[in-house]
Amino acid sequence: MSAWGRAAGWSAALAAALVAVIVTSAAIGPVRIPPVEVVMAVLNALVVPVGVETTSQGVGLLTLPNIDLAYRSPFAFPVDEVHQQIVVGVRLPRIFMGALVGFALAAAGTVMQGFFRNPMADPSIIGVSSGAAVGAVAFIVFPVALSATLTLPVVGAVDIGLSHGAGVSLFAFVGALAAAFGVYAIATRHGRTPVATLLLAGVAIQTFLGAVISYLQLQAGESLRRIVAWLMGHLSGAAWSDVAVTAVVVPPLFVVLLAYARDLNVMLLGEEEAQGLGIAVERTKRVLLAASALITAAGVAFAGVIGFVGLIVPHMLRLVVGPDHRVLLPSAALAGGSFLVAADTLARAGSTELPVGIVTAAVGAPFFIYLLVTREVHEL
Amino acid sequence: MTAESSAAEGSASSSTSDAETPPIEVSDLSVAFGDVPVVSGVDLRVERGTLVGLVGPNGAGKTTVLRAIKGTLSPDAGEVRLDGDPAESLSARAAGRRVASVPQETGLAFDFRVRQIVEMGRTPHLGRFDGHGPEDERAVREAMDAAGVARFADRAITEVSGGERQRVLLARALAQETPSLLLDEPTASLDVNHAVRTLELVRDLVDDGRAALAAIHDLDVAARYCDEIVVLANGGVRAAGPPEEVLTAAALRDAFDAEAFVGRDPATGTPTVTAFDAADGSESAEPTESAGPPDPRRVHVVGTGRPAGRVVARLAAAGHAVSVGVVPEGDAAAGVAADADAAVVTAPPFAAVPSERRAEAVALARAADVTVAVGEAGKAGQEEIGVETDGETEANAAVLAASDRIACVGDRFDDGEPLDAVREIDGNDEPNR
Repeated sequence: MSAWGRAAGWSAALAAALVAVIVTSAAIGPVRIPPVEVVMAVLNALVVPVGVETTSQGVGLLTLPNIDLAYRSPFAFPVDEVHQQIVVGVRLPRIFMGALVGFALAAAGTVMQGFFRNPMADPSIIGVSSGAAVGAVAFIVFPVALSATLTLPVVGAVDIGLSHGAGVSLFAFVGALAAAFGVYAIATRHGRTPVATLLLAGVAIQTFLGAVISYLQLQAGESLRRIVAWLMGHLSGAAWSDVAVTAVVVPPLFVVLLAYARDLNVMLLGEEEAQGLGIAVERTKRVLLAASALITAAGVAFAGVIGFVGLIVPHMLRLVVGPDHRVLLPSAALAGGSFLVAADTLARAGSTELPVGIVTAAVGAPFFIYLLVTREVHEL
Repeated sequence: MTAESSAAEGSASSSTSDAETPPIEVSDLSVAFGDVPVVSGVDLRVERGTLVGLVGPNGAGKTTVLRAIKGTLSPDAGEVRLDGDPAESLSARAAGRRVASVPQETGLAFDFRVRQIVEMGRTPHLGRFDGHGPEDERAVREAMDAAGVARFADRAITEVSGGERQRVLLARALAQETPSLLLDEPTASLDVNHAVRTLELVRDLVDDGRAALAAIHDLDVAARYCDEIVVLANGGVRAAGPPEEVLTAAALRDAFDAEAFVGRDPATGTPTVTAFDAADGSESAEPTESAGPPDPRRVHVVGTGRPAGRVVARLAAAGHAVSVGVVPEGDAAAGVAADADAAVVTAPPFAAVPSERRAEAVALARAADVTVAVGEAGKAGQEEIGVETDGETEANAAVLAASDRIACVGDRFDDGEPLDAVREIDGNDEPNR
């Protein structure tokens, strides 16, 4: 079977698994809701656009057509109203956020491991997570100062009106990209970016930003608790608006990564080989780095530093589906979604809720050690 | 000029390129790493249907030239043309359809199947999301059959031997279906059987019209399979042409700074190179531009068989002008002397030496600075002339009698011994006789 055919097969199976994990997760919580009712609640919440209504609205000299879509809910299953609210309003945003973040981190981890030809690579290797952490922590420690810069009048007096949570995410996102770009800029000379230099620059930047985070924590005072929670990684408090932003950013970037899956295979042979086989190596590296940094930033901006997903999920799936990135990338991404949703379900299932980062590391590390001991991961 | 006429001209020039333009043309190529020039002013053409061997000492820049052609490093000066178009103007993809390369070694991490590695050869022919079509399947199958890797196509690349891995890389290059092939030490990690099979395969491909350029360290192999040899040394091309013309003792001494004897392989008839340690020690410590030893002299060799042959080879490699005789026709020493372009006097075996041959040999010995007697021949000088019944011994006694200086070498000797013998005689002011 062709590689893309295998990719479709594995993707279908793992997507089905992801749906099953999502439904199961939505059923679990302080209030137990039967999976069938979960499905009905979700279907009830679906809306489909059935028509377009236009109204005109005058703004000064401009008259803009205001387009409204008319929606209709095709399903009306009998579901307890409280359950409907719990599933759709409380649990699902968090679950979807988990799925998206896991998807993004596993995809980026797969690409980074191939890119660096190094089994220890993960999405944070080019400084993305550290950058995100500095951005988020800085905003938590100095919210007023940073908010003030944001609410500066731009055209007239426009108040951006950023909520605190969105501010943290925005600053985390910006910090992530700034760190990744810094690492890239340090490692690039004369248009070439040697992978080894990139790796070392990433380590250096991560170490430096680690010092910045430690210093900010010392200055944190009362907000220290929130900093620690963010750094451990969490999915609590996810709203549909957060999910929507992430869902808009992640899939297109994933498509970009997937488009370069075969190039990534060839790059595993070494850059000279790849060049000889018709790959524009430096351009491909730039695209892969940029897309990986963006997709990782989108993942960690909301959820904080969630370790291990991007490291072990690609390894697990490589053992199952093989090293061909055309198959591995979608498989690992979908499995990453399932993994993080399952881990988050565990995190919130107990009497006290844990940050999901603790669960992924606590579950992931022993499993990784098991793989190391029993399978020959160390030879990858 | 109208767009139409320029288009017509464009197509005209591309049609001529099919007939005349070489698939690989390197002109005035210079590459430096930082301030250190690696190669400079290299000119090189590889025509369709020819296999060109790139030989030279370690560090001469063979791999650098190959990399410049591949496009993995950009030259500081000069130009590489692939099928007539400047390599710089081609996208990586376009270049990947014109030239395929078999690397010396490769970091094959992750356990891809052998088949998957070979399939990667199709990369320059495929669009971003294309699957393999029937054309690609055929190319991959043929490449695997030709390189003999079909048998282990489903093994992991990390599990095959070094030689098998080399053939997988060859198969990958074949699957690329390019008009030109670059090979960097294609046989370095292969056993004799697979080395020969690999080169025979490359030879077949070239005979089918492809162009191939191979960096080869084994001069005998290069001489046997290549149509042309380019000797690269000290950053430039030292010699280029058919193996018989290029592989000469003088050219090899110049390029490799080694003393070499170029003979004929009895099995293939192609040049075969035997290199010797430059025995002149301190004197040749600094590389000399001149071709030849510090004190080339005329040496006449008396003796028969392989020992005499070895002496002739060693002296010729050191740059001495050697003559030989009298030896029986078909003697090993006579064969070596012929390869060394040495004057040789032969006589029919088991018969008296004709007097004119004897006179010829005596004349050579008289003209020589030194006569070296090998093995039994040395005794001829000490014995009474005419006592022995053997024709050559008698003739050689006369030759030795006519020599100014004589050095004796036994049947068994170190490679340096004939040179020492010649030099010691030189150091002695008094004639030996």
